[in-house]
Amino acid sequence: MKLDRTTIAIGVVTVALLAASPVLPKWAMSLLNVSLCYGTVVLGMMLLMRTGLVSFGHGLYYCLGAYAAGTVDQMLKLPDMALMVAAGAVVTGIVAAILGLLLARYRDIFFAMLSLAFSMILYGLLVKSSALGSTDGFNISAKTLFGVALVDDARRYAGFGITVVLTTLSAFALNLYLRSHRGRLAEAIRDNELRVEYMGASVRATIHLHYVISAVLAGIGGALMAINIGHIDPEMTYWPQSGEFVFIAILSGTGNVFAPLGGALVFETIRSFAYEYSPNTWQMVLGITMLIVMIFLPGGLWSLIQRRKPA
Amino acid sequence: MKIGTVLRAFVAAIAALGLSQTAQAQDKKTSIKIGFVTFLSGPAAGPFGVPAKVAAEAIVESLNAGKAPPPYQSKGIGGLPIELVIIDEAGGATKQVSEYRTLVQRQDVDIVIGYIGSGDCLAVAPVAEELKKLTVLLDCGTPRIFEDASYKYVFRTRPHATMDAVAATMYLLDNRPAVKRVSGINQNYAYGQDSWNDFEATIKTMKPAIEIISSQMPKFGAGQYGAEISALISSTPDVIHSSLWGGDLEAFMLQAQPRDLFKSAQLVLVAGEPYLHRLPGKIPDGTIVGARGTNGVFAPDSPLKRWLVEVYKGKAGLEPNYPAYSTAQSFLGLKAAYEKAMRDKIGSAIPMGAAKNVKEEMEKAYSPPNQEEIIAAFEKITFDSPSGKVRMALGKGHQAVMGTAYGTTRFENGVVKVGNIKYYDAEKVTPPEGVTSLDWIKSGFKRSN
Amino acid sequence: MSQLLAVVIDGIVYASWLFIIAVGLTLIYGVMKILNIAHGSLYALGAFTAVSFCTAWFGHNYAAAGSFAMLAAAAIVVGLVFGPLIERGLLRFMYGKDEVVLVLVTYALFLILEDVIKLVWGVDPLLVQGPNGETPYSVLGNFEASGLSYPYYNLVLVGVAVATGAALTWVLTRTRSGKLLIAVIHDREMSAAMGIDVGRTYFVTFTVGAMLAAVGGALTAPTVSVVTGMGAEVIVMAFAVVVIGGLGSLPGAALGAFIVGMVRAASIHYKPELELFSVYLVMAVVLIVRPKGLFSGAEVRKI
Repeated sequence: MKLDRTTIAIGVVTVALLAASPVLPKWAMSLLNVSLCYGTVVLGMMLLMRTGLVSFGHGLYYCLGAYAAGTVDQMLKLPDMALMVAAGAVVTGIVAAILGLLLARYRDIFFAMLSLAFSMILYGLLVKSSALGSTDGFNISAKTLFGVALVDDARRYAGFGITVVLTTLSAFALNLYLRSHRGRLAEAIRDNELRVEYMGASVRATIHLHYVISAVLAGIGGALMAINIGHIDPEMTYWPQSGEFVFIAILSGTGNVFAPLGGALVFETIRSFAYEYSPNTWQMVLGITMLIVMIFLPGGLWSLIQRRKPA
Repeated sequence: MKIGTVLRAFVAAIAALGLSQTAQAQDKKTSIKIGFVTFLSGPAAGPFGVPAKVAAEAIVESLNAGKAPPPYQSKGIGGLPIELVIIDEAGGATKQVSEYRTLVQRQDVDIVIGYIGSGDCLAVAPVAEELKKLTVLLDCGTPRIFEDASYKYVFRTRPHATMDAVAATMYLLDNRPAVKRVSGINQNYAYGQDSWNDFEATIKTMKPAIEIISSQMPKFGAGQYGAEISALISSTPDVIHSSLWGGDLEAFMLQAQPRDLFKSAQLVLVAGEPYLHRLPGKIPDGTIVGARGTNGVFAPDSPLKRWLVEVYKGKAGLEPNYPAYSTAQSFLGLKAAYEKAMRDKIGSAIPMGAAKNVKEEMEKAYSPPNQEEIIAAFEKITFDSPSGKVRMALGKGHQAVMGTAYGTTRFENGVVKVGNIKYYDAEKVTPPEGVTSLDWIKSGFKRSN
Repeated sequence: MSQLLAVVIDGIVYASWLFIIAVGLTLIYGVMKILNIAHGSLYALGAFTAVSFCTAWFGHNYAAAGSFAMLAAAAIVVGLVFGPLIERGLLRFMYGKDEVVLVLVTYALFLILEDVIKLVWGVDPLLVQGPNGETPYSVLGNFEASGLSYPYYNLVLVGVAVATGAALTWVLTRTRSGKLLIAVIHDREMSAAMGIDVGRTYFVTFTVGAMLAAVGGALTAPTVSVVTGMGAEVIVMAFAVVVIGGLGSLPGAALGAFIVGMVRAASIHYKPELELFSVYLVMAVVLIVRPKGLFSGAEVRKI
């Protein structure tokens, strides 16, 4: 198999991030951490968007992944990072496989809205569950990684490490998939489903598969976020959270698997500095940034990089 | 080309981050930088967040000028001026954890004061522990913070919400022993649910004969309560319990009052005190109101109360309300602990002449206390606040307790007055150390020792 | 029996309120294919402006009954100022873009307007209230039904909802401009080719839609305390109503509002713990049974 440039770059970034972690300022590390978790979720959004679908309810899987991780920690008393992420991936995969049976029939705004309805139903269920802390949620703390006990700083580095590795692995796998025969169907489906059907490919099966992949990525992102933040609550499936994922995906563009990761980092950085320097009007700063990107960079931030590509 | 560009930008970013880290090192303290986190947007901004921010600014200004009454007359905190960094608490617990890290690691604040939402308090506490940063929680109702865990770096200078329900029930049964039917309307989120569960459990423990008829749980920020009000009227309760606050409470009162919901039913507003002045004519006479502690109208007169009223009125043009008292309590608690730490240091310094390095020892004794010393002084401290004495008695000395009060409203000359005020000691309305609130209520308010 | 009557009355009142809020959303979507999240901000702007106008009115000690005129004036002013401003200043540069991009443009607008409202009116909850506590809500008095008393103001809501629905239906089906509008809805490019001024149609539609959002806000203002963030609370509800009915359908919005109102009222009276997600359950069930909502037109097939 020939290595493409994206694959090589993913490898370089992984190594660079891991190598840089000891010298990174702590705030930068947590900023990167959060961005990578968001980035993983948006990777999935990107796959859906390439297929022509936008979910306004992806918070559903982000939140489910986090609560699955929380359940492993709190109810099963197995506070292992790897187990928590695995639980997040498995639970979201199963739920998405079931809901996907239904959702794969939907397109456009109806797909978006039905996803939103499901995410809000989960929100309602979690708010009703006093045992899970209702809107306050609960704290979780991952204490081991593959059974190795972690204390103090080791925990932070392990959290960062597992986030970097899983995010870049996801990006690597997705990149591979997008270059595969089936992966290339995504854009064909977006452009014209009928032609894809005439070619003999199943649109519905492909959409179902992409829905499950994107859900699992969101579940992994949610579980990683739960590990890094140490707290989960139903806000993760509330509609503004889902809206934020769509926002980052549009901001990023769908040109390359690096786009969601970079987009998430840019978004988190803007938000964090807006909170700090403009505490009363940070929403306005975000809104204006968003408008500027959509007006001047219709292809997202990635088009900035792509444009310079020699013809 | 494109990947190369990304990589180059990436490496440059990492290098820049690495550089910025080496550039932070300063030794001599000339001020105390306090990160203050409160709601500046969203539904909690108006009733809680912004009054807290205004109070913080007014209090800091007055403390820095050395104008507070004794025992807080020294300038700033321990002579050092306070510098405030204010950020928004909106956006949910996940974002608040990120912002907390930013505040501590990028802004490099010395102490964090803040957090009104219970979810934010729960989420931030373990991070404060991890970053080893002294953090004073401003408000937040949930008792879970120090009941579910214990922290070294986290303090809460406000009592938790359990006493709202316990004292409300005591007051109700004292004044209306014939109550038979109780309904409730509370927001469907953690605080609303806890409030109702505590109240229901207290009623069942204190007077099991009382019938709990219906519990309405409108969603947070619902705004329209027509159907809830119909359902409440149809259930014909003697008493309606509500922990609504802010815009939701005001909307409910505006819609319920014209419909005569309160003609036959008495209203108990556990968090109602801050809204009395806003709703003249809309709060029926005889409503039982509280303010989680002796705040606002319940605060006994004292030089500290007069001071808070003066500085807050100077900024906001209004009487200080509940969040203003919370804010005062957090700053004064911190100041009391800090200055106690200073005295402890000097007190425990080696007596004159007994040491070889007198000069060094003296310098050490008079240097500002470090975080560990402040924490040691903070634990189990008792301090004065505009609402009276506050004791850090629970959560191994990290959770405040104080008495509370309830009163009954009457409308007089265009203003709502509160009369028949009864005070309840902290011991009567707060669970002892090591017992969770609900267990304590269900045990019949047992105090083992 | 009397409880059933109460459910029906509560349901109809709530449905009327929902319809007033949702109808502008469905109109804008139907014509322009924009799912306008900023609808929530326009609703909030209507409410805040209503507070300012009514406060000024009461400040002059004019008769409380006149405050209704102030509510109407607030809605008209917000519609006429912000409708054209948003459509001419921003949206017209975005036509032809992907539906999702358009949703996000309005989301960005929503974020910006939230802070604009905060900067203009502050964060304190505001009340529409005269010097003696009188409000348009209580000034009309009450009527009795099934042993409960309801303010006549609720009938105002029902009346406005019915009148709005009737007026829009009349314009769309009985007037020349309505028929032109339907042509634009059906095929924008063809209409333009036939000489219909599509730009003008969009301009008018958006202004009317914005005004309807502001009417919702202005009529809500006297019954609540007007706070920042109130727009966010209603927007998802309005989405649900519109999606249940079928996006862009006027009778759909009415039926959607009616169903949501009834289900919500019934759950509050009989099973209060279900209230929180009743709306979304209805939405999910309807979409599962009728993937494009209750009223949805046949779609032109593209090859």
